[in-house]
Amino acid sequence: MSTLTTLALLLVAIAAGGWMFRFAGQKATANAPTFRDMPFAVAFGYVFGASLLLFSVWYFFQPTVTDAGVPNAGVVFFRWAVQFFIISTIAAYVFRLVGRAVGTEGSKKIFRQMPLTASFGVLVIILYAITAIFAQWLAPFGQEEIFQRVNVLPGGNAATGGDPMHPLGTDQIGRDLLSRLIYGAQNTVGIAFVTTCLAFFLGGTLGFLAATLQGWLDQVLSRAVDVLMAIPSLIFALLLMTIASAWAGSERWLLTVYMILIIAVIDSTRVFRLARAVGLNIVVMDYIEAAKLRGEGLGYLIFKEILPNATAPLLAEFGLRFCFVFLTIASLSFLGVGIQPPLADWGTMVRDSAQFINFAAFSPLTAALPLLAAGAIALLTVGVNFVVDWMLQRSSGLKE
Amino acid sequence: MQSVIRIILQRLALGLLTLFVVSIVIFTAVNMLPGDFAEAILGQGATPEAVASIRRDLGLDQPPITRYFQWLGGALQGDLGNSFAQANFASFAGADTGVSTTVAQQIAPRFANTMFLAAVTACIAVPFSLILGILAALYRNSVFDRATNVTTLSSISSPEFFLAYVLILFLAVLNPVLPSLSNIFDGMSFGERLEKTLLPALTLTLVVTAHMMRMTRAAIINLLASPYIEMARLKGMSPMRVIVKHALPNALAPIINVIALNLAYLITGVVVVEVVFVYPGIGQLFVDSVKIRDIPVVQACCLIFAAAYILLNLLADILSILSNPRLRHPK
Repeated sequence: MSTLTTLALLLVAIAAGGWMFRFAGQKATANAPTFRDMPFAVAFGYVFGASLLLFSVWYFFQPTVTDAGVPNAGVVFFRWAVQFFIISTIAAYVFRLVGRAVGTEGSKKIFRQMPLTASFGVLVIILYAITAIFAQWLAPFGQEEIFQRVNVLPGGNAATGGDPMHPLGTDQIGRDLLSRLIYGAQNTVGIAFVTTCLAFFLGGTLGFLAATLQGWLDQVLSRAVDVLMAIPSLIFALLLMTIASAWAGSERWLLTVYMILIIAVIDSTRVFRLARAVGLNIVVMDYIEAAKLRGEGLGYLIFKEILPNATAPLLAEFGLRFCFVFLTIASLSFLGVGIQPPLADWGTMVRDSAQFINFAAFSPLTAALPLLAAGAIALLTVGVNFVVDWMLQRSSGLKE
Repeated sequence: MQSVIRIILQRLALGLLTLFVVSIVIFTAVNMLPGDFAEAILGQGATPEAVASIRRDLGLDQPPITRYFQWLGGALQGDLGNSFAQANFASFAGADTGVSTTVAQQIAPRFANTMFLAAVTACIAVPFSLILGILAALYRNSVFDRATNVTTLSSISSPEFFLAYVLILFLAVLNPVLPSLSNIFDGMSFGERLEKTLLPALTLTLVVTAHMMRMTRAAIINLLASPYIEMARLKGMSPMRVIVKHALPNALAPIINVIALNLAYLITGVVVVEVVFVYPGIGQLFVDSVKIRDIPVVQACCLIFAAAYILLNLLADILSILSNPRLRHPK
């Protein structure tokens, strides 16, 4: 109850501060329009934001270790978050500056129009792609390599149960967690990428076919897609994974293949809808009529006439679909029916290390482990979404 | 009015038809399992007689079409069959204890729990996202708008378990304000129940708010260029009044639509959140049954999820027709 009272008192104080801020502004600037017409809500917002900023700065400079010698975990986590935020902002800014200075005229122009969030997104995507492709060389050990020492704590400090050889420690059977985190980029991102490509190939082809041929094929495909979309996708994926796990038996790798196929089929329904809608708008164009009169075949119509004109919406959809597929795979792995061990994977890592979060008050580094794996997933989807958001805004020409 | 009722009836019939086809899809999918429950539960050393006996008892010796209609007929009367895992196999050993859990008994309390979680989330998320959306539209392109935009975009694109663990870390472990495990049982007072549900509800709020808030903002901003808004502004109305009195009522259709869609997501997308918080809801039951291949429970959960999803989508459809006169009187 006392927490609620404190919060209420704080709110009242901020409200009073807002009123005083506006009043003082009116007096100091001889009733300038900015302050004269300022609604109370805006004054409240300014004071609220300012006090939040002040509190953050004060909290940031609190000691990380309390007088009793116990780590002040709240401050530690807050510092990490703020440092990450500052570093990523600077990195995105520098990346945009570099992009504006180097490259062709076209790429320079793109970077000049880019907001900071989008440049951050592009940077994140490039970094993930590099990590995924060069995981073999970046990771200190193999993903299945098992060491003698199990459950080594992260930090690399021998005095607190760490090991300099394993900066993030080892898991319950002695595998190096840093290596598994790096390999996770290859497995999780790679599998999600393959799945999305497959979904696009399947949904795109069928959608364009339905748009071009129409008639009964269009009807059958569209109704089938309607039914499949009526089942929530994660539930349907879980149901099908049950069956797949029975089929795969003890062949673990086969289950991963089934998962790729299942998610690709479920997600291709969404792609089908979009491809068909875009395709229907294109097939009524005169140049399609001309191509048909020239006697071009179906393949030519779809790949040479429709596809080039449908790239822009499909590309933005590809980003969004990738996020959905990536999140679905991560959720399935988290629930224990996705990517199977011994492949390293972020969703499984979160599930395995989730209980460490309860040690946050004693050892912030240990508690950060599940958040690190989950954050790796979040960072990529956030980055992709930033880029897609910017692309959509640019193509729709929305300025307001 | 006549045409409205006809449209609603049409949509309803279409929804029921979809549900029927979905039930066929679910039933077929489950029947593609190799082997059956009788073999699975008795293991490799099962005698053919024992397998046949369990099969007869569970009705697995009937042809699929018969079993489908038996299942569907039962489901329509609220009888979802007996859970395989909970069935009383003692009767095969000759000792009949007379205890047998039906799927309906197993699902009913959990379904109520899930609905409670969804309701609490909706009570927090809907007003919160509407206010945020209106404020973002009012102060568009300001620092506040940008910050809200980036924050909500980040929260919608993060996986649910990331948000859940971050909330656990800050609200349960570092500052023990709320419990991190939602062990809900019968006979709990409403306050206690609410306290245990709050953390999963907050996680789900973070997940759904972004979509609703962005839609509210976009729908209002779309209308701000209309002549009647210009008129209201020229009359000297305050910006807040212009938005709440003039823009919001006309922006309701897309907003109601997106709220209904997010409610559908709340009922179906809770699986991961329920698992993280060990919340005794239907999602948790579903995941557990998937792991032990308890077919009747998996089927029933799937059917309930699909029904809720279809129903709420239908509701979104009907509400958007009702709130838009142009759709109410199709040419």
